[in-house]
Amino acid sequence: MVEYHLTTPISEENARKLKIGDIVYVSGEHVYTARDEAHERALHMFDKGEKPPVDFEGSVVYHVGPVAWQKNGKWEIVSAGPTTSIRMELFEDDFLRKYKARILVGKGGMGPKTLAALKEVGAVYTSYTGGCGALAAKGLKEVRAYLWDDLGMPEALWVITAEEFGPLLVTMDSHGNSMHDDMDEKVAARKAEVYSKIGVKE
Amino acid sequence: MEDPYQVIHDTTFRLLKKAATVLPKDIQEALKAAHERETNETAKTQLSAILTNIEIAKSGIPMCQDTGIMIFYVKVGDKFPFIGEIKHALTEATRKATVEVPLRPNAVNPIVGGNSGDNTGVKIPWINWEIVEGDSLEITAFPKGGGSENVCIVGMLKPGVGLTGVKKLVVDNAMNYMGKACAPNIIGVGIGGGSDIAIKIAKQQLMRPLSDKHPEPEVAKIEEEIMEAINTTGIGPMGLGGDTTVLGVKVDYAMRHPASLPVGVAVQCWAARQSKAIISKDLKVTYVTHPLEGN
Repeated sequence: MVEYHLTTPISEENARKLKIGDIVYVSGEHVYTARDEAHERALHMFDKGEKPPVDFEGSVVYHVGPVAWQKNGKWEIVSAGPTTSIRMELFEDDFLRKYKARILVGKGGMGPKTLAALKEVGAVYTSYTGGCGALAAKGLKEVRAYLWDDLGMPEALWVITAEEFGPLLVTMDSHGNSMHDDMDEKVAARKAEVYSKIGVKE
Repeated sequence: MEDPYQVIHDTTFRLLKKAATVLPKDIQEALKAAHERETNETAKTQLSAILTNIEIAKSGIPMCQDTGIMIFYVKVGDKFPFIGEIKHALTEATRKATVEVPLRPNAVNPIVGGNSGDNTGVKIPWINWEIVEGDSLEITAFPKGGGSENVCIVGMLKPGVGLTGVKKLVVDNAMNYMGKACAPNIIGVGIGGGSDIAIKIAKQQLMRPLSDKHPEPEVAKIEEEIMEAINTTGIGPMGLGGDTTVLGVKVDYAMRHPASLPVGVAVQCWAARQSKAIISKDLKVTYVTHPLEGN
C-alpha cells in the first residue's frame, strides 16, 4: 500500500502507477461532480461535436449529489459523500474513452465494462467511505461553478477546487485488478462457513 | 400557555436537525468499538473515516449528503389534547429544516417527475401513527437514506422452509448487496403477519437500541445467529473486507396465515439516524435521544 498526494490535471503515467489498495489524496482545480444525468449530457454533447463547459481530461470525476448552499452569493458544499457508482456502469466506459478522466470517485465499485476502459485509457476507480459527507466537504474547498443547474442540485455539474480530498482508496486500477471482484470471490469462498452458523446445508 | 402548534413544530425541527447531524450514542459507541476491534487495515481506514466524519458533523453539518426521505413515527396518547396540530406541524418543520439545516431535497414525484424542493409532497413526510394510552405525544424523526433502502426486501416464503429458510433469506440478501448499503449495517427482520406487516415490523426494529435483545429467548437466538453468520462473511465496512458487517440484527414477529411465511428485511446504513422527543399535555418537551445538555 502506497499513499499518494496528487495534483490535477493527472497524467496517464501517474494514473497507471496507482494499484488497488493504494490511498490517494487529491488537490487541484479539475474536480467535477457527475451522476447519471451529467454523464449522459456530456456524452450527447460529444456525439453532436459540442464541447462541454469543462475539460475532463486528467480530471477527478466524483459520483456525488451534494448538499450545497449559497452564502453571501457564493455556493459552498455542505455535505458530499459518494453515491452508488454501479448506476454509472451504463456509460462510464464510453465517458472514459471520450474524455480521459483519470480518477473516478464513488462507492460500491463498478463492473467489467468500466474495468476494461480503465485499463485501456489509463485511469483508476477509487472508493470514498460511504456516508462521510461532512468529511468529504472539508476537502472540497471551493465551488468555482454550479453548471447544468437545470438538472437539479444532486445531478448538476459542480466545478470544484479540492485540497487534500481523501482518503480515496484505489479499488479498481488500470492493470485489470478490482478489489470488488476479489471481495466477491472471498465472500463466496466463505459461504459454507456462513451457512453453518444458521444450520443451512448447501 | 404556549401555542401547541408552535411547540410541536419547534420540537420537530430540532429532532430533524439532530437526527441529520448527531448519531445516537449507542451507534457511535458501536462504531468506535468496531474500529478498535478490526485488524483488517482497509476496515480500520473506513471506520476511522466514519468516526472523523461523525465528529465533524456534530458541529451542525449533515453527516451524510443523503439526508433521507422524511419518515416520522408518532405515538399519540388518547388523551393528548392537540392531535389536530401534529400533521401540519411535522410538515412545516420539514420544510424549515430543509432550508436551515440544510437537508437535501429528496422528494421526487414518481409519476410526473420533478423534485418538490422542500422534502414534502404527496404522502411525504410519511407519518406512522400509533394511538396509545396516555396524555402525551412521542415523535421520532427517522430520515431514511436511499442506498440502504434499495436493498430492503420482502420474501413470501413457503412455510415448509421454516426458520432456517427465514435466516437464509436474510443472510443471502446481505451476501448479495455486499457493501452497497454502507456497511456496517443494522438489519431489522419482521416475520409473519402479511407482506406489508412483515416489512413494517422489520422497519420498526431499526429503532431498537443496539443493546436490546428480544425478550423471547427463541427470537433473541435468531438475532444472534443471523448476526454471527453475516459477520462471518468478511464483507466488512463498505464491503471492502473486515469483521464488522453488521452492528446489530433485530427480529420480531406477528402471527402468520397457515399458508404464508412472509419475511421483511429492512436494512439500515451505519448512519442510523433517529431522534426522539416526548411532549406532555402541558407542552413540556423531553428530548430522549438527544438531550438538551451537552448537545
